[in-house]
Amino acid sequence: MTPPSRHPRGHPIRVLIAKPGLDGHDRGAKVVARALRDAGMEVIYAGLRQTPEEIVRAALEEDVDLIGLSILSGAHMALFPRVLSLLKQEKAGRIPVFAGGIIPDEDARRLRKAGIRAIFGPGTTLEEIVATARKIARRRA
Amino acid sequence: MSGSSRLPPAARAILRGDRRALARSITQIENGEPSAEPILASLYPRTRGIPVVGIAGPLGVGKSSLINALIARLRSHGKTVAVVAVDPSSPFSGGSVLGDRIRIERRPDDEGVFFRSMASRGASGGVASATLEAARLLDAAGFDVVLVETVGSGQVDVAIREIATTSVVVLVPHLGDEVQTLKAGLFEIADVFCVNKSDLPGADTAKRDLDDLVAQGTHEGRWTPVVVATSTIAPTGIDALWEAIESHERFLDSSGARTASERHRLTVEIVGLVRERVGRELAERLEGDRELRTLLDQVVARSLDPRTAARKLHLGFPRDE
Repeated sequence: MTPPSRHPRGHPIRVLIAKPGLDGHDRGAKVVARALRDAGMEVIYAGLRQTPEEIVRAALEEDVDLIGLSILSGAHMALFPRVLSLLKQEKAGRIPVFAGGIIPDEDARRLRKAGIRAIFGPGTTLEEIVATARKIARRRA
Repeated sequence: MSGSSRLPPAARAILRGDRRALARSITQIENGEPSAEPILASLYPRTRGIPVVGIAGPLGVGKSSLINALIARLRSHGKTVAVVAVDPSSPFSGGSVLGDRIRIERRPDDEGVFFRSMASRGASGGVASATLEAARLLDAAGFDVVLVETVGSGQVDVAIREIATTSVVVLVPHLGDEVQTLKAGLFEIADVFCVNKSDLPGADTAKRDLDDLVAQGTHEGRWTPVVVATSTIAPTGIDALWEAIESHERFLDSSGARTASERHRLTVEIVGLVRERVGRELAERLEGDRELRTLLDQVVARSLDPRTAARKLHLGFPRDE
C-alpha cells in the first residue's frame, strides 16, 4: 500500500456519524457508517444519545470534513439547528452537515434553509448517500 | 516566553491551548503534509517528555472502556489527559470505522480531555510515526498524560513499544492456556499486564498464569512487569492500574532507563525517517531509469537474476561527497 505521505492531497475524507437525542435506533447510522467506510472514508462513529455540544466537540477534535446526523425521534427541529449554531459559534460553520431519518418534507425544507446540506429519508440508496457525501465534504486548502 | 514570536502561527496557537489548531496539525501529520514539519520542529524543544502510556491488546478486551476509566481517575486527581485511539483501516477500501469514542463519557466542556481517533492507514510504521508525532504536539500543548490505544492486532500492537514510555497489555480470561503467554510478541512488550473483565470466571487463572510468566523473567536491575486485575462494569482495580503505570514511570527515572530507552526510540525514529526519504528519492530516481530498463530486460530474459541486477543498479548510483 502506498504510504499516505506520498499523497498530501489524496487523504481519506474524515466524517463524523452521530445520533443526537434520545432515540435508540442506530441501525441506519451503522449501515451508513459502513457504506462510507467501504467508499474509503474514515468514519468516526460517535454513536447514540449525543448532545449537540458533544457532537460539535467531537467534530472539532477529530477535524472532520463532514458531519452526518441520524435521528428518528422527531426532535430534529430542535437538535439540528442547535448543532449548526454551535458550529457557527466555534467558527466551524464551513463543516458541511447532512442528515438522515424520519423527517417530514416541510421540516426538511426548513432544515435545508437553515443550512443542512442534504437530508435522506427512507428508501434512499447507499450509492446516493456516498455520492452526496463525496460531493459536499469540505475540501482542504 | 522568549522567542515565541518566531514560531509558526499554528505552533503558537497550540501553545496557547487552541484545540482546533491542535486538531488540524494532527491531521497534517497524519496526511504527511509538509506544513506539519515547521510546527513539529518548533514545538519539539517545548516538549517535556510526559508519560505516553500505550494500551495494547486484542480486539474486544476492553481497551476503550479502560481508557474511559483511566480518564475519570486522572481527571479526579486534577491531571489533564489526551487520548490517541487507533483503529484499523480496511486493506480493501482504505476506509475505516473509528469507534473508540463511544466508550468515552465526559463533560463536553471539559478542556482537560482531548480525544482523537486515528486510522492505521495500512503501514504499521506510518501509524507509529504519526502517533509519536501527535503525542509530541499533545505534550507541547500542555497535557499531563497521553494515552495511546492501539489497533488491537498482532505486529502493529508491538510497535507501541517504539512510542510509549509505558506499555500496558490488556488481556481477558480464557484467551488461552499458559503456553500462549510464551509466544513472541505482545507478551514481551508489557510493562504492565492488565487482566480486564476480572468479574468473569477464569480471571484468577489468567492472573496466576501471568504472575508465573513474570516471575520466570525477573532480572536484577531490570523492570519486572506488574500484573493487575481490573473491571470496568463497577470499576475496580483502576487505581492499582494507574499506580502500576506510575511506578514504571518512576523506575524509568530512578534506574536511568528513561534516557537509554529514549535514545533507542529516537534512533529508531530517525533511521526510519531517513529510510523513508531515501526510499522516496530512490523510487523517483528509478522511475523511467534507462539502466533499470536494460537490466529488467535481462532479468525477464533469464540472463540475469534479480539480486545481481539490484547490485549493479546500486553500484551505479552517484554518491554524494
